[in-house]
Amino acid sequence: MKYKESATVVEQKEIASGIYSLWIQTEQIAKEAKPGQFLSLYSRDESRMLPRPISICEIDRESGKLRMVYRIAGKGTEEFSHLATGDRIEVLGPLGNGFPLDTGAKKAFLMGGGIGIPPMVQLAKELDMEVQVIAGYRDEQFLADELAANGSLYIATEDGSAGTKGNVMDSVREHALTADIIYACGPKPMLRAIKAYAEEQGIPCWISMEERMACGIGACLACVCQSKEVDGHTHVHNKRVCKDGPVFLSTEVEL
Amino acid sequence: MNTKVTLAGVELKNPVMTASGTFGSGAEYSEFYDLGVLGAVVTKGVASVPWPGNPTPRIAETKGGMLNAIGLQNPGIDVFIERDLPFLKKYDTNIIVNVCGKTVEDYCAVVERLSSEPVDLLEINVSCPNVKEGGIAFGQDPKALEAITREVKKYARQPIIMKLSPNVTDITEMARAAEAGGADVLSLINTITGMKIDIHRRTFAIANKTGGMSGPAIKPVAVRMVYQTAQVVKLPIIGMGGICSGEDAMEFILAGATAVSIGTANFADPYAAKKVAEGIEAYMRQYQVEDIQELVGAVR
Repeated sequence: MKYKESATVVEQKEIASGIYSLWIQTEQIAKEAKPGQFLSLYSRDESRMLPRPISICEIDRESGKLRMVYRIAGKGTEEFSHLATGDRIEVLGPLGNGFPLDTGAKKAFLMGGGIGIPPMVQLAKELDMEVQVIAGYRDEQFLADELAANGSLYIATEDGSAGTKGNVMDSVREHALTADIIYACGPKPMLRAIKAYAEEQGIPCWISMEERMACGIGACLACVCQSKEVDGHTHVHNKRVCKDGPVFLSTEVEL
Repeated sequence: MNTKVTLAGVELKNPVMTASGTFGSGAEYSEFYDLGVLGAVVTKGVASVPWPGNPTPRIAETKGGMLNAIGLQNPGIDVFIERDLPFLKKYDTNIIVNVCGKTVEDYCAVVERLSSEPVDLLEINVSCPNVKEGGIAFGQDPKALEAITREVKKYARQPIIMKLSPNVTDITEMARAAEAGGADVLSLINTITGMKIDIHRRTFAIANKTGGMSGPAIKPVAVRMVYQTAQVVKLPIIGMGGICSGEDAMEFILAGATAVSIGTANFADPYAAKKVAEGIEAYMRQYQVEDIQELVGAVR
């Protein structure tokens, strides 16, 4: 089920430059949310009509709370960054498919790049296997404690200020890490490199895709990505990121 | 209180319908409310074969609206009849199928296929600004518009709605042409061609460069065109363009629209169309309006 709710802000803080952590209290959404899913957040300013899709970082099903970690990317997210405890925000969710958890795999890479890191937090908590998180930052780190609490954490930074200098694949090579499944979220060049690596290794790789969205529920066909197989909706090669995804098997989509 | 309206002999329980392309075939929105609260569901454009649509990004937000260039991605008439139509039939609402094509033959083929299907009205999309062939090519030339209307009418069992483009010098000329060609109903306006530049990446905000603008920012243009059209044709009009509330819908009705369509507002709130229907009723109660039809074109 998808729910449109007026959620209450529990807490918000800036955890790195321009990156905010927002905990909200929901009625139903948190109870049914899965790692890798996302929420649509609506602006209060009616001149900004389209919801902003934000990935779920942490889920507290018991208390109905959800955490989202997002970067200010424009006026909509800038508005969200001013939300304070007790404020209300209109949200719709949980949306999208989420990461598969029961795959039979034993040892996973959870690879996040930049603002693709947040969904790895809840995923690390819920995977019942050996979890190796590889987090790629430009410079400033965030969510490192949460990630380290649920797996072994390897860091890569573009400027070399921490961990491996370079990207997540450089970190895998430096530490000679191995896995039998990959979960990834991040910028397209990173996803391309991971997809190529997974194919080389012959292991399944689940990637979370991003595309500009309007409805967020699969109706408007704005956020399609090219798929290898014929899609179920239009019977062409266009899967809907918001509904068929955002998580796809890397071999399924063109990057 | 009577909210019923009639379009070319088809009775709708209320004047509220969905704007083509914003509501799919209703399935995604049926998760939020009973589609039976709507006067009609207007489907996304259906062509004779599946269309893949345009490259991404396909949309961009603009102040008070958005641009889209989806490019009429659709599964084609076979899948539509097999999958989408039976789904829509489950609801106590009228079904209006939006028909798109690249050639007159394409449109006629879809219209003919639908002739024996449980569809109440057909809306002919001769005004999509985002496809290279067909679409708007028929909607910007009155002679071509009249000709395609006449041709489609030969194959149609259901009443025909011609959906007009605002991207013309004189909308009334187009409205008259559609009427002359035998249209039963007019719907307007489709989106207004626009452009947005991403100044940070120094490129177009959407891959198609131009897109169709929709949302509340275009509402005054749409109300004006509905008003002008209502003055020159006898056909009923379905008004649309930025409707977000019952009040917005009333502007169109007072300007001369018999029914209204909700488009971009569905993205800002999945319950938007239902709320507009409720808003119209609230307006009627507030002003003790017995019959909504009394107000159609009441402002002159």
